[in-house]
Amino acid sequence: MKYVDEFRDYALAEPLLKELRRSVTTSFRVMEVCGTHTMSIFRSGLRTLLPEGVELISGPGCPVCVTSASHIDAILAIAERTNVRIALFGDLFRVPGSSGLSLANASSQGTKVDIVYSPMDSLELARNYPEDMVVFLGVGFETTTPGIAATIMAAKNSNVDNFSVFSTHKTMPPPLLALLDDPELQIDGLLCPGHVSSIIGAGAYQPLVDRYGLACVVGGFEPADILQALILLARQVGRGEAKVENAYTRAVRWEENSRAQQMVHNIFEPADMEWRGLGMIPQSGLAIREEYGHFDAEKRLNIKLTPAEEPKGCRCGEILKGKELPSQCPLFGKRCTPGNPIGPCMVSSEGTCAAFYKYDQ
Amino acid sequence: MNPGNTILLDHGSGGIASQELISQIFLKHLDNSILASLEDSAVMDNHPGKLAFSTDSYVVDPIFFPGGDIGTLAVHGTINDIAMRGARPLCLSLGLILEEGLDLDNLERIIVSIAQCSKTAGVPVVTGDTKVVPRGKCDKIFINTSGIGIVAEGVIVSSAMAQEGDIIILSGSMGDHGITIMTRRAGLSLDGNLASDSAALHELVALLNDTLPPGTLHTLRDPTRGGVATSLNEIAAAAGFAVEIDDQAIPVKNEVRAACEIMGLDPLYLANEGKCLALVAPEQADEALQLMQSTAVGRDAAIIGSLKAGKSGQVTLRTSIGGSRVITPLHGEPLPRIC
Repeated sequence: MKYVDEFRDYALAEPLLKELRRSVTTSFRVMEVCGTHTMSIFRSGLRTLLPEGVELISGPGCPVCVTSASHIDAILAIAERTNVRIALFGDLFRVPGSSGLSLANASSQGTKVDIVYSPMDSLELARNYPEDMVVFLGVGFETTTPGIAATIMAAKNSNVDNFSVFSTHKTMPPPLLALLDDPELQIDGLLCPGHVSSIIGAGAYQPLVDRYGLACVVGGFEPADILQALILLARQVGRGEAKVENAYTRAVRWEENSRAQQMVHNIFEPADMEWRGLGMIPQSGLAIREEYGHFDAEKRLNIKLTPAEEPKGCRCGEILKGKELPSQCPLFGKRCTPGNPIGPCMVSSEGTCAAFYKYDQ
Repeated sequence: MNPGNTILLDHGSGGIASQELISQIFLKHLDNSILASLEDSAVMDNHPGKLAFSTDSYVVDPIFFPGGDIGTLAVHGTINDIAMRGARPLCLSLGLILEEGLDLDNLERIIVSIAQCSKTAGVPVVTGDTKVVPRGKCDKIFINTSGIGIVAEGVIVSSAMAQEGDIIILSGSMGDHGITIMTRRAGLSLDGNLASDSAALHELVALLNDTLPPGTLHTLRDPTRGGVATSLNEIAAAAGFAVEIDDQAIPVKNEVRAACEIMGLDPLYLANEGKCLALVAPEQADEALQLMQSTAVGRDAAIIGSLKAGKSGQVTLRTSIGGSRVITPLHGEPLPRIC
């Protein structure tokens, strides 16, 4: 398979690993921001091959994991409405709200829940079920938002009335700034998310370099991509440098993808957003603009967010901040497993707890 | 669909309509003297050896898919479950639960599939039952098949027989059925040749049993739901050994891998309907591999790993870049991911 096999090839990975060993002159901690990085690092067995002195911690880049309990409760409240059909990406299906119940439970009680692969599929659902209000659960970062913006635009252009989006969209740089302001978080570098960067551009991390003196390297998701990024990070840390480097040039440029960003800007505007584990971060989310309010589920269905408690004992918040490992959570692997998840980090296939549970027992 | 040509509640009444259904569709295609006697139970000749008995229900949606349909699965699935104990399948039962309104042409198409698979396999349907439920109480058609097989003298095949050092052979490419169904359900129209691997494995098993020295074929498993990952975990736990497999050695078709990449799925957890895992003594591994490769259903067979001392019940995968990771059993239905 082109663009995949060559980047998973031992013949490429082996010399990169050797080079990484040579490049690590001082031990360092790197936060991999994106959940896809976390998963790839485990799936490829990269963790078992890393030289001593390289410590990887997982950050807040799994969109399902950072969805707050109050948002999940609101989603479950939407699910209780009659004549509502929920369309969602698969990962969200099993995330429990503060009651411990999830959309999987709601579905078993008769709520109409459809797992879709593209937000455009939910528009098709709206056409097929004109008696239902189809609510698409908008979860994700810059990589998923342009597609959802395009869907809302298509709904408007084709006069689909029974369609709306519940937006919990988030943007990437703000939570990193919030995290890095925390003096307890000791990291030397960031492995920056490849696909988010294909939209926001590698240049988006320059403020992190300027403000925190952090080494920032944008990396792709295959093992060879990650190794190359780690080599660049090791070299920067070893030399005491801090700059943005791009190790994913086949997908990412320095500049943003202005067409995608413009599409998002046309439909959404920055808004304060609550993050699981990180709390309310100003201007870190995206709300649907007034002129597209007809497609805003919060307005159409008059949804009010109410404060919700995190599940008792769940350490997802600390884990998302990279402060604790899943094994330090009292629930991990005992009451909380992928089959019976309590916190979101265990639900999403990209969650840190799921990765540790599945691949690192 | 012709509204005048559908299943009615009357077809399950046990009266004239039921008899018409039996004679015009079931006996027409599934005809054999035992079934045709229409007695309350089938009486079989006495065969020497131990009996193997298995049952399975089939509720797949969609009911027709590339590579097969719910009927092929119902025949192959139960034949394979019997064959996985080293048994020679003798006969099948066929229980049908039909939804009112089911298109009779679709029913006949499924019965034709069942008849063809059963005939090709040489395993007749000897008894059957049909119920009709009101519209909405089941999804088009549910099928249950049970099967009886004979385990020849001296044949003992089970997960508990697996021994340290055993070589693990997978009879062909992994995940074909699971990804075919999942892409259909998701409405993904992918170019390529995705098709279910629905197939009967009893002849492959008979070849191994008849050719390999007695006692060297230790374990057989068909990795259906839960995939190869879950089956290997079950074998490792039952045998009390560790399993080590090599990612690079596991046959996966390119189109299956590509669809998995798109959908965020791992082929190790996808269902197979015409594949088995065989654990054989290391001295017989090459011979077993060649035997499997000499059959149509096993031509892509490959040695994928072995049973080691290690941590009892643990399955470890050697990755393409030389690292390793633990493979757990499947937790819940595989769900596609966000990004």
